[in-house]
Amino acid sequence: MTAGTAFLTTVASIVTPKGSEADRIAGAWWLMFGLAAIVYVVVAGLIVYATVRGRRRGARPSGLREDAFIWIGGVAAPVVILFVLAVVTVHTTEALRRPARGALAVDVAGEDWWWAVRYPGTDIVTANEIHLPVDRPVDLRLTSDNVIHSFWVPELAGKQDAIPGQPNHLRFTPEATGTFIGRCAEYCGLQHAHMEIRVIVQTATDFGRWQARQEATRTEPVSDVAAAGAAIFQRQACAGCHTVRGTSATGTVGPDLTDFGGRETIGAGLLENNSRNLADWIRDAPELKPGTAMPSFHDLTDRDVQTIVAYLESLQ
Amino acid sequence: MAITERRPPATDARPDELEHALEERWEDAPGIPGFFNSVDHKRVGMRYIYTAFIFFFVAGALALVMRVQLAAPNADVLSPQTYNEFFTVHGTAMIFLFNTPVLAGFGNYLIPLMIGSRDMAFPRLNAFSYWIFVLSGLFFFASFAIGHPPDGGWFAYVPLTSKPYSGDVNIDFWGLAVIFVGISTTVGAVNFIVTIFKLRAPGMTLHRMPIFVWSMLVFAFMVIFAVPAVTVAASLLELDRLFGTSFYDVASGGSALLYQHLFWFWGHPEVYILFIPATGMISTIIPVFSRRRLAGYVWVVTALVAIGFISFGVWVHHMFATGIPPLSLSFFSAVSLIITIPSGVQFFAWIATMWKGVVRFSVPMLFAIGFLLIFLLGGITGVMVSVLPFDWQVTDSYFVVAHFHYVLNGAVVFPIFGALYYWLPKMTGRMLDERLGRISFWTMFVGFNVAFFPMHILGFLGMPRRVYTYDSGVGWSGLNLVISVASFAFGLGTLLTLVNFAMSHRRGAPAPDNPWDADTLEWSTSSPPPEYNFATTPVVSSLHPLWDEHPVPDAASGPDDARDDARRALGVAGALDKEMPVTEGLDALPQDTLGIPAPTYLPFLAALGVTAIFVGLLAEAVVVGVAGAVVGITAVVVWLWRTDEDLR
Repeated sequence: MTAGTAFLTTVASIVTPKGSEADRIAGAWWLMFGLAAIVYVVVAGLIVYATVRGRRRGARPSGLREDAFIWIGGVAAPVVILFVLAVVTVHTTEALRRPARGALAVDVAGEDWWWAVRYPGTDIVTANEIHLPVDRPVDLRLTSDNVIHSFWVPELAGKQDAIPGQPNHLRFTPEATGTFIGRCAEYCGLQHAHMEIRVIVQTATDFGRWQARQEATRTEPVSDVAAAGAAIFQRQACAGCHTVRGTSATGTVGPDLTDFGGRETIGAGLLENNSRNLADWIRDAPELKPGTAMPSFHDLTDRDVQTIVAYLESLQ
Repeated sequence: MAITERRPPATDARPDELEHALEERWEDAPGIPGFFNSVDHKRVGMRYIYTAFIFFFVAGALALVMRVQLAAPNADVLSPQTYNEFFTVHGTAMIFLFNTPVLAGFGNYLIPLMIGSRDMAFPRLNAFSYWIFVLSGLFFFASFAIGHPPDGGWFAYVPLTSKPYSGDVNIDFWGLAVIFVGISTTVGAVNFIVTIFKLRAPGMTLHRMPIFVWSMLVFAFMVIFAVPAVTVAASLLELDRLFGTSFYDVASGGSALLYQHLFWFWGHPEVYILFIPATGMISTIIPVFSRRRLAGYVWVVTALVAIGFISFGVWVHHMFATGIPPLSLSFFSAVSLIITIPSGVQFFAWIATMWKGVVRFSVPMLFAIGFLLIFLLGGITGVMVSVLPFDWQVTDSYFVVAHFHYVLNGAVVFPIFGALYYWLPKMTGRMLDERLGRISFWTMFVGFNVAFFPMHILGFLGMPRRVYTYDSGVGWSGLNLVISVASFAFGLGTLLTLVNFAMSHRRGAPAPDNPWDADTLEWSTSSPPPEYNFATTPVVSSLHPLWDEHPVPDAASGPDDARDDARRALGVAGALDKEMPVTEGLDALPQDTLGIPAPTYLPFLAALGVTAIFVGLLAEAVVVGVAGAVVGITAVVVWLWRTDEDLR
């Protein structure tokens, strides 16, 4: 048991909280764990004792009073424990998911099978990554216009579903900087397993810098290769599904790629974002993530693919 | 055993002549006709159990293939589509086609014997219920034959299962099968209730009713109130899918959450629908193997009834993360905590029973003790997930997968295996092998815990349920490998019991009438029992007839205030006329008689008609559906037209 708990506190889990809600819940968990361990040991001990008691040589008939035993063990003791848990539930719940003044609002939409992220009041649109400043309350507005998804970043907070026709809010305060990985927790179809979200919690300064860069006007492609890639991107089907702000690419089927070069993964956590993986993804996304809306582009030459890769990586 | 000997029936006929006459009167037709037209509750009950176990092994095999896929990160054993189909079919089949029907099967077989009756109240309805069950199961699994098994998860949430996101017939197989099998469960429940209230042996007042019968009574009432909800959930889904209504379509003003409310209004009681008969089995087995009566009988009965009621007030705890306001959630959180108390009462009643008795570690008892240790943990994690904020973390994660397997596999399947070892000797007349039974138990017990316990930890590490694979870098690989290996051990353990069962048929020791020195009436007749169960109806004056009276008195010495017809039906004359005595609901005084129908094909025909209706809906073939309706309705009309007198 101790080895298990030691293990749990060294790897990222719901008991290594980095956010206000996860922190509260972890506190409740350790209390419950303590009570549960006592209850299990005591009751299992009673079971084992009860099974062997009468079998012992020369065992005398037990004077146990059945009604009192059931009354104490089956009613009184549970009532006390459950009362404690009820208080913990109410006390913990009360402090959670309440609107806070000065909270940073972020819109998160569950898509098949990725996350669209928008910062209301700004032009910032990204995907599969949420940048947040540390120690500032955040108000995530969760929506879906397709099936039900569930937003879950275990180190930061519990789950909240994204349900069509019913925006839900998840409010908490990130309490440490770092990258925290979450996943869709409601079965949403073929690629439910590949719907990761990364929450990147930064210092206020770093977050401000990130925000400013996002909002800055885009310049022309940085190199000739990238420029060639941009041309292919606009000419091919790419622009029909993806948006790159400041260009004529305004599709909304797939993720907005305006800051793609700065993202850590491709395909909602499926692959590390590097040139090789990106080239593979462009050539044959359905092979890598069966069911994705992104088609394969076998007729692109290697050279074309390389230029598109260069273009996308230049988008920061 | 001495205490199970019964007095010869009070009649002038010589005993062997009488037996011959009874057998001639009651025998089913041999061969195939008898297979399709029997209405004997014992045949129906055993078929229920065998059929359910076929579904158990198929659904279990699917789980093992899933465990191969999850044994290593990024494995490619199953495609994502196939994986999604497998977990959907695994869950659906285990709940609808194994757990519920296998318990109904035990109820069908045992209740008439336990209450001293010659059959169920509606034997033809009983046969109909079985045929519907097996045909709906075949209907469901036919989805594999045409390559479109359901893939929406066993609770089939909309909008994922609505037409725009699941265009093919996969989901229709699920939706229609759920409605289909619900017919079987519902008519079965009606039959249980009437049987238990009206056919108990004289003197078996409610407070002398065996605890398993109580548990099946609560089961039946819960089914009647809960199943309509899932039938409505699935019917609205199918109306949306087949006829373009928009109950669940948000864009047209429908509601996605409506489905979840309807589904869980059945879904949570369903957990207890399965659990209550399982505890009834435990409350039967523990006293027999502790050689002492159950401690706190009234407590336990009260607890069963209380669970039945409270379980209807907890459904929203499956929906804590759906954005329902916290105040309403707190109510459901509190009720979910309260339901622990009646379970605690049962638990301490079982411990007290063993404490005051002398425990024999026979195989049924091993399964009962294994159940106690597993259910203790499943109950504790159940309390944890009813704590609202903690549930936000663990719901839809592997923690919950662990929790509900501790409850539905550990706390339902273990009692069922215990019940097999306990009652199969009565059903088949052959004992099972103790040694192989022990090996099977220990393999299952160790395999179960090693397979399911680590899932709690995976949930803590952020592994969501229903993912077909995972990456090597996330730290889930080691635990998943352990789980996969142990799941095969668990599967092997269940197979050993199957082998044991097969071997007992060939060379099992013949079972005596009462091999366990048990207290209830089914052990007072032969193993296996004759078609008519009891030549003369036993008369009960105790909760433990076989322990308190030697031998159990029969109708010859029955109560004096019985009406004439009823009194006649109690004795051999009733058995020769294929009649059962009907008694008053509360105090079980003889009141009337009820004829037992002759074998008939009508239930099978009616069930075939119903099947054709569902096939017609699935294939959108109006002709098939209408033909099915005609056959079904005709069969039912003929069935109702002919009175019991005609048929006997």
